[in-house]
Amino acid sequence: MKANSLKTLVLAFCFAPLAAFANTSVHLDRAPDVQGDPAALQNGAKIFVNYCLTCHGASQLRYNRLTELGLTEEQVKDNLMFTADKIGEQMKIAARPEEQKKWFGATPPDLSLIARSRASGDGSGADWLYTYLRSFYRDENRPTGWNNVIFENVGMPHVLWQLQGEQHFDHENHKLELVVPGQLSPEEYDKQIGDLVGFLVWAAEPEAGLRKKIGVGVLLFLGVLFAAAYLLKKEYWKDVH
Amino acid sequence: MANTNYEKYKSDGSVQGNVLEWFDARFPATSMWRAHLSEYYAPKNFNFLYFFGSLAILVLVIQVVTGIFLVMHYKPDASLNASGIPVAFASVEYIMRDVPWGWLIRYMHSTGASAFFIVVYMHMYRGLIYGSYRQPRELIWIFGSLIFLCLMAEAFMGYLLPWGQMSYWGAQVIVNLFSAIPLVGEPLSIWVRGDFVIGDATLNRFFSFHVIAVPLVLIGLVAAHILALHEVGSNNPDGIEIKKKKDANGIPLDGIPFHPYYTVKDIAVVVGFLIVFSIIVFFAPEGGGYFLEYNNFIPADPLKTPPHIAPVWYFTPYYSMLRAMVWPLLGLDAKFWGVVLMGAGVLVIAFLPWLDKSPVKSIRYRGPIYKGFLAAFLVSFFMLGYLGAQPPSPASEVLSQIGTLVYFAFFLAMPWYTKIDKYKPEPERVTFK
Amino acid sequence: MSNECKVDDGRRRLIFATAAVGGVGAIGALVPFLSSMLPSERAKAAGAPVEVDVSKLEPGQMMTVEWRGKPVWIINRTEEMLASLGKLTDLLVDPKCDVPQQPEYCHNETRSIKPNYMVVVGICTHLGCSPGQKFKSGTVEGMPPEWLGGFLCPCHGSTFDFAGRVFKNKPAPINLPVPPHTYLADTRILIGEDKKGA
Repeated sequence: MKANSLKTLVLAFCFAPLAAFANTSVHLDRAPDVQGDPAALQNGAKIFVNYCLTCHGASQLRYNRLTELGLTEEQVKDNLMFTADKIGEQMKIAARPEEQKKWFGATPPDLSLIARSRASGDGSGADWLYTYLRSFYRDENRPTGWNNVIFENVGMPHVLWQLQGEQHFDHENHKLELVVPGQLSPEEYDKQIGDLVGFLVWAAEPEAGLRKKIGVGVLLFLGVLFAAAYLLKKEYWKDVH
Repeated sequence: MANTNYEKYKSDGSVQGNVLEWFDARFPATSMWRAHLSEYYAPKNFNFLYFFGSLAILVLVIQVVTGIFLVMHYKPDASLNASGIPVAFASVEYIMRDVPWGWLIRYMHSTGASAFFIVVYMHMYRGLIYGSYRQPRELIWIFGSLIFLCLMAEAFMGYLLPWGQMSYWGAQVIVNLFSAIPLVGEPLSIWVRGDFVIGDATLNRFFSFHVIAVPLVLIGLVAAHILALHEVGSNNPDGIEIKKKKDANGIPLDGIPFHPYYTVKDIAVVVGFLIVFSIIVFFAPEGGGYFLEYNNFIPADPLKTPPHIAPVWYFTPYYSMLRAMVWPLLGLDAKFWGVVLMGAGVLVIAFLPWLDKSPVKSIRYRGPIYKGFLAAFLVSFFMLGYLGAQPPSPASEVLSQIGTLVYFAFFLAMPWYTKIDKYKPEPERVTFK
Repeated sequence: MSNECKVDDGRRRLIFATAAVGGVGAIGALVPFLSSMLPSERAKAAGAPVEVDVSKLEPGQMMTVEWRGKPVWIINRTEEMLASLGKLTDLLVDPKCDVPQQPEYCHNETRSIKPNYMVVVGICTHLGCSPGQKFKSGTVEGMPPEWLGGFLCPCHGSTFDFAGRVFKNKPAPINLPVPPHTYLADTRILIGEDKKGA
């Protein structure tokens, strides 16, 4: 009983501050999970090389890795490989980082790991990216003419505005509304962004799928080994009185 | 007591036997086997808290082996590659993506670091509540405290190597602590860094210390820790000496040979640990952002501090103590006293054998005052750990000051409260089943 | 010793089972560690097949391309050079190229797919130096009078003919290796990969 009350006390002290300190966090929309959907990931890869790869590299990712999304090397070479001529090369940008710094004032970050680095207590990295890419709005006070709800005074303009259209941000009600429609309906746009974010999640750790598969095997094996080791222990310890 | 004068191995005339006899005549194989395994008598009443010593050795082996293979591919180089990414950072991702199975080896190493501290904290807690630091085991406890100190240095320097934002700014903050020392502080911190900021020189020396210097000391200390333990024998949850009751052959009545009894038990325990370890490695290697911090997936940027920096979880209780100190004293600033407090928080553990004045060792026979202090200590330790991971605020400042006070009161008031406490009588023989 | 007597069948079976499963696990655990020492994706990308355009290579000229960090020579052999190959039989170590230092499709008179284009790894089979060009016959380039043209290794004096075959009584033991290669078009060679059956 004493031990129990001690445990309760410890737990209470551990978790009480969680509530007391919870600061007003940013609300993030949940990104759809498309990791099991090769068509979505392929589409995401296509959006990535067409819209992102001009300024942002994914310099830790090799083009031949894209074959893991169900594409052949020929398809990758013909449709996705604009910045390199060998399939084993990494997805780098044509410009050099120093040049970019001169043009934009800052080097656009490499996106190889963006889906992992953007995770926080508010949500996964995917949730952040999914919300971010759908939260651009017109702001004439910014040099680019764009601002973002969850990334204030963002340096990047809304590269996908022709697809999404223009949004207006109602600061009082903290609400975004579409004022000029784009080429895609909001649902279609969300689907495209979901695919793009799915691709970035995959690109941040292409081994993740394999990792989980191997993990299941390893655990099954260890379960068998544990059973054997436990029986052996019991066999020996029956002598100890 | 470890008897080293065992009889040498005698051949039965077979080739195999002759080889063994030749070997044993030139190397203490038989005597070591008997002294440390087959005739090392351990109390039979070990409970689950006694698993963590063996597990600490297991994790040490995992760290050494995975570390050796990581060094084959890692590059301690802070310069930028053609894509503008630091070479060290890129080499870690190279291991994660391009090296066959590199991701598994790296995740084992990063998970192993956190596992090491979980296992060692449990091991220390075990020693604390069963009085394993008491006479005649003071030296084991001192070696253990030094191991803890080494482990902190090892983990801290290893954390710089991925050269991410948390690596960089964590090292920046901790190395700046040296500058708090009066007079020599500033030049000392420059000397530690080898530069005016954390840079390539710092990365290279931390790499050197992390892969060879500290591990050598660590392994030596672990050997000394175990040798000292086997000299005096293991404590047990009852905190009584099994050597006081021996049979006609001089074997403790409550002792069982470590091999085979505890070896077979440890095999099962090791497999159980590996199951938990694998669940993290294969399904949650980031450990919810505690084992691999999210901001560390951003390359180090000396011009931009992340909005919230906190040390890795295993340092946060001591980091809280550092932040708790806000008053200048004796003409020295608060920063200096914060560093002193943090250092004292680690070092005070080593003095336990001389702070505890109780007639019994184990918590089983201690009175309510000790248990109250222990409960308060645990609560404040967890609270300090939690607060150290949070951004500073006025409320957390007060709480961390209270926590620090309780932490030190547990140790420094021990000579007093262990004298006035009530105790239950210890049993003659260990409690088993 | 007394313990061993106590080992009954049930216990022995359990020891065996645990050791067997544990042994499998230990071997399994070795796989990732040993595999991590194999060439990485970066090494594979760097060692990827090299595509070469030989349309600008004049007869009698040679070009060097790097494949897996090694110099690969492509020689556009003239009629004269090709004619020299047949005259050397007695002077060579392995004139018929019986030692498989070339892919099967190059095991022929000229050691090549197309007679004029010779593709060979320019690393001396003695101790790994890269031989130099001695294309002119006779003593013009400091070679003996009977020299019909080929290569001379600067390190220990091994000599090779225009098909990379080594001369007798020289330190190099065997002919220069011909790397796997294939023609993507009339004058485009892919070195490092042979399209089997293509």
